[in-house]
Amino acid sequence: MNKIVEKFKLSENVCKFVVEAPMIAKSRKPGNFVILRVGEKGERIPLTIVDSDIAKGTITLIVQNVGASSRKLCQLEAGESLTDMVGPLGKATHIYKAGTILALGGGVGVAPLFPIVKAFKEAGNRVITVLAARSKDLVILENEMREWSDEVIVMTDDGSSGRKGLVTEGAEEVIKREKVDECVAIGPAIMMKFCALLTKKYNVPTQVSLNTIMVDGTGMCGACRVTVNGETKFTCIDGPEFNAHQIDFDELLQRMRAYKNEEDQARNNK
Amino acid sequence: MTEYTEMLNRERNAEWRVALRNSVPNKERIAIERVKMTEVEPHERIKSQTCEVNCGLTAEQAQREASRCMDCVTPTCVEGCPVSINIPKFVKQIEVGKFLDAAATLKEFSALPAVCGRVCPQEKQCEIKCFYSQKMKKEPVAIGYLERFAADYERLSGKIQIPKVEARNGIKVAAIGSGPSALSFAGDMIKFGYEVTVFEALHEIGGVLKYGIPEFRLPNSVVDVELENLKEMGVNFEKNFVVGRTASFDDLKELGYQAFFVGSGAGLPNFMNIPGENLNGVMSSNEYLTRVNLMYANQSDSDTPVMLGKRVAVIGGGNTAMDAVRTSKRLGAERSIIIYRRSLDEMPARLEEIKHAQEEGIEFMNLANPVEYLADAGGRVAKVRLQRMELGEPDASGRRRPVAIEGDIVEIEVDLVIVAIGVSPNPLIPACLAGLKMSRYGTIEVNEETMQSSIPEIFAGGDIVRGGATVILAMGDGRRAAASMHRYLQEKHKK
Ligand SMILES: Cc1cc2nc3c(=O)[nH]c(=O)nc-3n(C[C@H](O)[C@H](O)[C@H](O)COP(=O)(O)OP(=O)(O)OC[C@H]3O[C@@H](n4cnc5c(N)ncnc54)[C@H](O)[C@@H]3O)c2cc1C
Ligand SMILES: Cc1cc2nc3c(=O)[nH]c(=O)nc-3n(C[C@H](O)[C@H](O)[C@H](O)COP(=O)(O)OP(=O)(O)OC[C@H]3O[C@@H](n4cnc5c(N)ncnc54)[C@H](O)[C@@H]3O)c2cc1C
Ligand code: SF4
Ligand code: FES
Repeated sequence: MNKIVEKFKLSENVCKFVVEAPMIAKSRKPGNFVILRVGEKGERIPLTIVDSDIAKGTITLIVQNVGASSRKLCQLEAGESLTDMVGPLGKATHIYKAGTILALGGGVGVAPLFPIVKAFKEAGNRVITVLAARSKDLVILENEMREWSDEVIVMTDDGSSGRKGLVTEGAEEVIKREKVDECVAIGPAIMMKFCALLTKKYNVPTQVSLNTIMVDGTGMCGACRVTVNGETKFTCIDGPEFNAHQIDFDELLQRMRAYKNEEDQARNNK
Repeated sequence: MTEYTEMLNRERNAEWRVALRNSVPNKERIAIERVKMTEVEPHERIKSQTCEVNCGLTAEQAQREASRCMDCVTPTCVEGCPVSINIPKFVKQIEVGKFLDAAATLKEFSALPAVCGRVCPQEKQCEIKCFYSQKMKKEPVAIGYLERFAADYERLSGKIQIPKVEARNGIKVAAIGSGPSALSFAGDMIKFGYEVTVFEALHEIGGVLKYGIPEFRLPNSVVDVELENLKEMGVNFEKNFVVGRTASFDDLKELGYQAFFVGSGAGLPNFMNIPGENLNGVMSSNEYLTRVNLMYANQSDSDTPVMLGKRVAVIGGGNTAMDAVRTSKRLGAERSIIIYRRSLDEMPARLEEIKHAQEEGIEFMNLANPVEYLADAGGRVAKVRLQRMELGEPDASGRRRPVAIEGDIVEIEVDLVIVAIGVSPNPLIPACLAGLKMSRYGTIEVNEETMQSSIPEIFAGGDIVRGGATVILAMGDGRRAAASMHRYLQEKHKK
């Protein structure tokens, strides 16, 4: 049981939780994730560790309500507990002094991007962050990102905040304007696919963090398989970050729809 | 004569054993037919994932079966048992109706008799070595059924003996993983007086016994009783704890742990790397069985989904393949097909599971090997292309090698494919322990007698050492590791 210490609503469908987990707070690194359950018959939900406070023994999670399980989680309040949580899982992000980092976040992908932005900044890099969302209300972590980035560009589909346009438009502008040494893109798979196509064109090395379907998160089931450079990899132990230019995104997109019927049913039932 | 055979002999010469032998002539014993296990009817049992197929023996059946055993001078059955259970002794105890004593005899050698009685491949171990099979070409004494009977009798009697434990010695040791090897290690170490913690990555204790083997073969309640006993004896369980991730070995040493037993299993599923294997509807047996057995995906109140298929193909011929294919039948498949590249005779699965599968209407496509999966318009698997095989020369394992019959390719329609072609050692622990000596197969190298690894305070056993093996071997490893870790720590603390 892990107690929820604080809960905030970041937007209509996105909640932030600060959860007790002293061991995980201590051992986690940027890029790691946890798997948690809500209820004894609950699904195992993977979520990135956005931040941690070793002194308080807590970690921060940000979750978007996209279906039955994430909704259950979002309905929990401070003082209540998660049924269980395990982590930190996955390989940590390779943080080093690269020069200029271009960080691209779409939707709730901005949450997993945050610890990476922070770590690259702390390692002495120049960090330019592009945040993208459908509209103003859905832009999350803008202030936190500003604190850890040299520049933040906000892009919205409807122009209600920052500039009107897609994340790739903001990114291309930066790449044309100055030398980018490495790019990190996290968001919906389709967004990462287009980011990868863009940075490939300009030869900018790019990492993406994949949110494949998972069960155990320890390499036991293979639900999280993805093809990287023609080879099958397990996202939970070989990733979740991979070289964006080597990923078979079409297969990834297909695999993420594997349980679409079941998910739609669960959403409508509960 | 070794110490062990001396012990067997001594026990055999006990007065009650001699009297019992003389009370019934062998001719009469031989005339008795081997007991038939009562089973739930196939059409009934395929409606439920949890209904155990074998009903167990009644006391009368067990005693009668036990009376077939001739209490041989040289009990060859014992040679077939990986943990050298004193088989004639417990069988004779059943014959005279001392069922609790029989259970106690089993427990001297095996930490999990109720489990082993259900899942051991007896036809390849003790029963094949039985005098009846060896010399008389008759059906062997049903040692497995009898083992299960005695263990179940004890459990259901409510008179389970909680073994006595030594006073706590204050030395902390850890088991990593909670499969049969780690559980039996923990059971022995707590008896020796250590402070024992079992760390398990998943949210359930039991390893493969819980997430892999389905309840129709091994009910959770059987495993849970063992876990309760360990808890009562003082073993501490930490679930949701990945050693090497949640905390490192160094962190645990800082917390006072002085020695470790690694029983992390062979959890990594193998795939064949053929075209179409990453299509939706193609998954590992681990994924399929975990969704159902650990996450209860087949129950309506579970949040975890599982893909259902009308035409299910399961690739492989081991216990895992049988468990997956029989599960698919229980989840409503119209056709459930085993696809195996060798013939029925070479299948590594337990004989009983193959028989049960056949009774349940599982189809067997032997001498066929998938070469490609093809998708429907929506991207889900729709067909599998199979290469027909024939048996050639024997290979290193002594089994005849399957060779492709050139050009003989068939296609069958499927909507779910479960790949059960074996597992590899879990790389999590080796990856975080520099200096740990590994084999080229990714297993941990240990001294076979002491189960000690190249790092003195780290011992290992079960599938992480053997690759995919069996419950009884894992259990034996755990016990041997406990005995030698005990010696190692006593030695260390003497200094
Ligand atoms: C390593 C990793 C890190 C992640 N980090 C975050 C995060 O920080 N914040 C966040 O909001 N989300 C994150 N996700 C995604 C999150 O786990 C899923 O959105 C959630 O499990 C969906 O469950 P659901 O029942 O609410 O939705 P569903 O109705 O089941 O599905 C909605 C969508 O989520 C995907 N999905 C379904 N089940 C899973 C699953 N078990 N694992 C992954 N995706 C799934 C489906 O493909 C579908 O597109 C992460 C995923 C991974 C693998
Ligand atoms: C479906 C199936 C059916 C089988 N049927 C039979 C049968 O009929 N008869 C038979 O004899 N054998 C059978 N086997 C094989 C048998 O189950 C295994 O040989 C046996 O369980 C191995 O035991 P183990 O102790 O090595 O660990 P396992 O049972 O493999 O358990 C290992 C545990 O360690 C945990 N773990 C791994 N890494 C870590 C870590 N870093 N920190 C914490 N925990 C960790 C895992 O989550 C897992 O729970 C079957 C196997 C399967 C998969
Ligand atoms: S443990 Fe297995 S091999 Fe040994 S006697 Fe029992 S069934 Fe036979
Ligand atoms: S989630 Fe099971 S192997 Fe990655």
